[in-house]
Amino acid sequence: MSTQTRLRSPRAMAWERRRSSFAEFCREFAQNRAGLIGLVFLVVIVLLAVLAPVLAPASMLDVTTLIDAPRFAPPSWEHPLGTDHQGRELWVRMLWGAQVSLLVGFAATAMSMIIGTIVGIAAGHFTGWWGGLLMRTIDFFLVLPSLILAIVLTSVLSRGVWTIVIAIGLTSWAGTARVVRSQTLSVESRDYVERARVLGAGHWHIIVKHLLPAVMPLVLANTTLTVGSAIIAESTLSFLGLGDTTVQSWGAILRNSMDVSAATSGYWWYVLIPGLAIVLVVLAFTLIGRAVENIVNPTLRNR
Amino acid sequence: MTEIMPSTGAVILEEEGLDEPPRRVSGARYLFSKLGGAAVSMVMVILLGFFAFRILPGDPVASITRERQLNAEQVEQLRQQMGLDKPLWQQFGDYLVNVATLNFGESYVYKTSVSSLIGDYFWNTILLTGTSAILAIALGLWLGQHAGWNHGSLFDKITSGTSLVLWSVPTFWLGLLLLMVFGGTLHWFPTGGMLSPDPPTDPLGLIGDVLAHMVLPVITMVAVVYAQYVMVMRASVMEEKSADYLTTARAKGLREDLVRRRHAVPNALLPAVTLVFMHIGGLIAGAVTVETVFSWPGLGKLTYEAITGPDLPLLQGTFVVFSAIIIAMNLIADLVYRFLDPRVRQA
Repeated sequence: MSTQTRLRSPRAMAWERRRSSFAEFCREFAQNRAGLIGLVFLVVIVLLAVLAPVLAPASMLDVTTLIDAPRFAPPSWEHPLGTDHQGRELWVRMLWGAQVSLLVGFAATAMSMIIGTIVGIAAGHFTGWWGGLLMRTIDFFLVLPSLILAIVLTSVLSRGVWTIVIAIGLTSWAGTARVVRSQTLSVESRDYVERARVLGAGHWHIIVKHLLPAVMPLVLANTTLTVGSAIIAESTLSFLGLGDTTVQSWGAILRNSMDVSAATSGYWWYVLIPGLAIVLVVLAFTLIGRAVENIVNPTLRNR
Repeated sequence: MTEIMPSTGAVILEEEGLDEPPRRVSGARYLFSKLGGAAVSMVMVILLGFFAFRILPGDPVASITRERQLNAEQVEQLRQQMGLDKPLWQQFGDYLVNVATLNFGESYVYKTSVSSLIGDYFWNTILLTGTSAILAIALGLWLGQHAGWNHGSLFDKITSGTSLVLWSVPTFWLGLLLLMVFGGTLHWFPTGGMLSPDPPTDPLGLIGDVLAHMVLPVITMVAVVYAQYVMVMRASVMEEKSADYLTTARAKGLREDLVRRRHAVPNALLPAVTLVFMHIGGLIAGAVTVETVFSWPGLGKLTYEAITGPDLPLLQGTFVVFSAIIIAMNLIADLVYRFLDPRVRQA
């Protein structure tokens, strides 16, 4: 038998290390009951949203075919979640709305995370004038409520789902940038970064090989928390009438319900159901986010 | 939660948690650096306003006159009135003069000057958000310190559980729910506005009428905002809980609640108060949806009407004023922090 150990490339070793730490992460996550419940709930909702065209064909939303359908029918066996002011089944609208609400949530979060990570790393890595300017910019966006800015952006741009995504993404990255910046600062002072720099590593090498892997866990924990906020932001903008009126979303349903004064006219299902869906989905994201945060940030354990 | 991107308490403490320790700088220098920071922010708001309302839409006249029938002559007149025939740098100069003199043009919906409209509605918003802020801060700090002190107890679980759920609730939806239950079904409170159609004439009755109209919007704002304060205060108290000086206090034979009230809470308040002030921006943004739901005649309702108009001069005005209020609140937070923290004050 040969005693010679197999030579492994650094890349293979890095992958093995990552695989094992990912397995460790999954094991720890599985022990967090609240996080697990949130994850299972979300998977169900995402499946329902994806299957919307199968479960409820788009023709069910066609108002012209619904002339005889009862308006404002309360929930019953025939109309499980009731009907709206045009006789459309609320459950069909909810399914289609889930698609848009989740899509906007994920897309806006992705945008916000990318901007936040880039600005955060740059603000932490580059010292002097540029770092200071970036820091001020982060602070500025942190202080100014994203809703106010998002309202202004969606008002001056043309209406549409992607306008909403851009408005939320462009205004909500500051929190992430702040976290990423402080993490970058603490990694930057470690010896291995100093060593890389002494060996002649450039900005690009240090950022991609050392800083990015170090801030990624934090960014991921932030991501789940941000998706929930982005879903609320979408519903708020749609509710204020800044959404695309031809597209179903949970916020748009609530907007319709306010337009017909459902709250004061006794059409309780029209108000209750879309809002409840938002709350549950956001809560699921929050629970998952807290579970992830507990794992990647050990100082928060036992909280 | 309207501030669309808040974070749970622990995260808030981490991310905004004063990563630089308080430095000992002289009072005047501190004041000037904070005033300078606020001034820079205000300049950025003004630049952003020009960029968003003049450059981003491509043709401001087109976006102002969207959904409005105008002939070419009227459009040309509007263009001249807005100074769009001038070069961009001159437009920017005019814009700066207008902002400095608080002249935001004329509202299309109300047909009066935007600044006088904002002046009329300003104090209603301050009344609503001010009351909500005081109640939310008191409730949040009180619940948070007890939850953090008795960490893991039933009280803590209920408090943090409620906060977590409320944190996931869209502000406007909570408003709609309250409106539905207490306004529409039970008829306990008026469903909107600030005064009854025929308000009482005596001063006491008038105050009572306004208070009755305030109940539901204030509950909505408090419910959504206090949850964040609970999480901040809870995390802050938990941080202090294991400090050595508390062991000393207990060794002196102090009762447990005295240890909490006199020793732990004052220190835990420091980071919490700053963060609470910083998040007042969220409360003010919440005014937009709450005032919309309850038809409260404030800046938020004006913003909503500017959106539906569309009435861009009005939107620009409310945007600048909202931003100015928030920047001012943050400046106050910085100054209060200096006053509260003896280490910084005595330097």
